[in-house]
Amino acid sequence: MPLTYVKEIDAAAEVHKTRILTLMVVVSNVIGNVMLSLGMHHVGRIVSASPIDYIRAFTDPWTVAGVCILVIWMASDLALLSAADLSFVLPVTASAYVLIAIAGHFLLHDHISVARWIGIVVITFGVILAEETPARTTEGPPEHLL
Amino acid sequence: MKWILVGIIAICNTLGDVLNTAGMKRQGEVEDLRPRTLLRMLAGIFRNPLVMAGLGTLAISFFALLSLLSIANVSFAVPATASSYLLETLLAKYVLKEDVRLRRWAAAVLVAGGVVLLQW
Repeated sequence: MPLTYVKEIDAAAEVHKTRILTLMVVVSNVIGNVMLSLGMHHVGRIVSASPIDYIRAFTDPWTVAGVCILVIWMASDLALLSAADLSFVLPVTASAYVLIAIAGHFLLHDHISVARWIGIVVITFGVILAEETPARTTEGPPEHLL
Repeated sequence: MKWILVGIIAICNTLGDVLNTAGMKRQGEVEDLRPRTLLRMLAGIFRNPLVMAGLGTLAISFFALLSLLSIANVSFAVPATASSYLLETLLAKYVLKEDVRLRRWAAAVLVAGGVVLLQW
């Protein structure tokens, strides 16, 4: 197989991996936060210095499920950061804001003001712009930091 | 007090993400998405001082956010979130030496602006 063809296949696999990881980060962020939010609503208001009050929150199954999903979010975010630039990951994963707002509108019938709709469109443009740049522009770790 | 918390959130968020990025680049890119590979990556994190410091910094940011939310409206946290996007892009360029050109700057500015509009 010609070397250039092998390189093209490698590059395509790399893009595919980055896209799947981005999707995992965004979806787990949205689901985790919605579950955590539902759980904290069940538990009620906690404004306390006592850790026992926070531990009480973990008696709610929605809170526990939300925290588990957010652990998946953190793991997939770290995996994505191992493969892509921070300046790429940040705007691309901001699509979670858009999904949360749209999910709130269609599932929970939240009201979305004109300013919020404009915000959704503006973030979407930011995501598209970042998506068009190469995911990684550095080779190896930043040696000067290590 | 509110603005001190906003500052702590923005700075810790930024530092946490930069440390995590540097640490994960040092640990090496995940080759594939098989559960075994991802579990190996997670195990490696506990031996990675940069990522451990990054996660610790993000934890401080999280508790500062909880404190801020207990004394202020959720919209008060927006300047911290929005400014983090710009600060992190700045550090990505000058500390992590990423190739941040006009398109990525525009993306960061649009997302930061969009986040502000979402809380309007």
